[in-house]
Amino acid sequence: MVQYQEARFDASFAALSDVTRRGVLQQLGRADASISDLAETFHMTLTGMKKHVRVLEQAGLVVTEKVGRVRTCTLGRSRLEAEAAWIERYRRLWELRFDELDTVVEELKRKETVDGRKKRR
Amino acid sequence: MDAKREGEPTATKNRTTAERKSERELVVTRTFNAPARIVFEAWTKAELFERWWVPKSFGLTLLSCEMDVRTGGTYRLVFTHPASPEPMAFFGRYDEVTPPSRLVWTNDEGGEDGAVTTVTFEERDGGTRVVMHDLYPSKDALDAAIASGSTSGVGETFEQLDGLLDSLPESVSR
Repeated sequence: MVQYQEARFDASFAALSDVTRRGVLQQLGRADASISDLAETFHMTLTGMKKHVRVLEQAGLVVTEKVGRVRTCTLGRSRLEAEAAWIERYRRLWELRFDELDTVVEELKRKETVDGRKKRR
Repeated sequence: MDAKREGEPTATKNRTTAERKSERELVVTRTFNAPARIVFEAWTKAELFERWWVPKSFGLTLLSCEMDVRTGGTYRLVFTHPASPEPMAFFGRYDEVTPPSRLVWTNDEGGEDGAVTTVTFEERDGGTRVVMHDLYPSKDALDAAIASGSTSGVGETFEQLDGLLDSLPESVSR
């Protein structure tokens, strides 16, 4: 299970290993931008910037949305972060259930003890 | 309801853990201070099961709970929630029922993307460790379940639980 987490951290770190991609994240931290804006800012071809954005998108670091002919990039909540938050909510949901189950189990235990005493008498 | 403790020491609350164990698996664990046969009973008798599977705080009303707990038997739970126009049904089949140590059921409301749930009850140190394991048919199926917020037994209502869960204090664990 540790390996599984690591593989996914690797995807994030790989996305962050490139200086242009880190620059894109900084830029998007200031304001959303289209891919062509980003290509211009970083003196790159549109195709080259699209590739970088795709890597960031796959790591969940950037979210893109196409409106008309323009694809706008926004900082994404990282997928790992979103998933960790979901799993914590899932855990708390089960915690609520299990607390109720505890009550039922304690009741059954008491009942068994009482019945057991009766039988021994 | 009046829960009398009859002079018993207040049991320390055991910790619930949850994690994504692999691309296709979710695992939840908890230990109960009782023998396995008692915990197993609470999972397999409808009148007991319905008391804890749907805690009041969920805001769900259980309309019906049919459980034919034996290998090959089926179950069907129907809920309503104020925010949901239609009742929600959760149903499936028991693939394995081995008292008091193991239960396996399918979650057929999810269609082909439904998980298979395996629950094991393992006695240790006078208590019972419960491990609930959901195996999804593919990584995409589990990713989609996480993205949509739906999980077996909770479905669309998960979103509506957000407010409730956010309002609860952090659990006190040992």
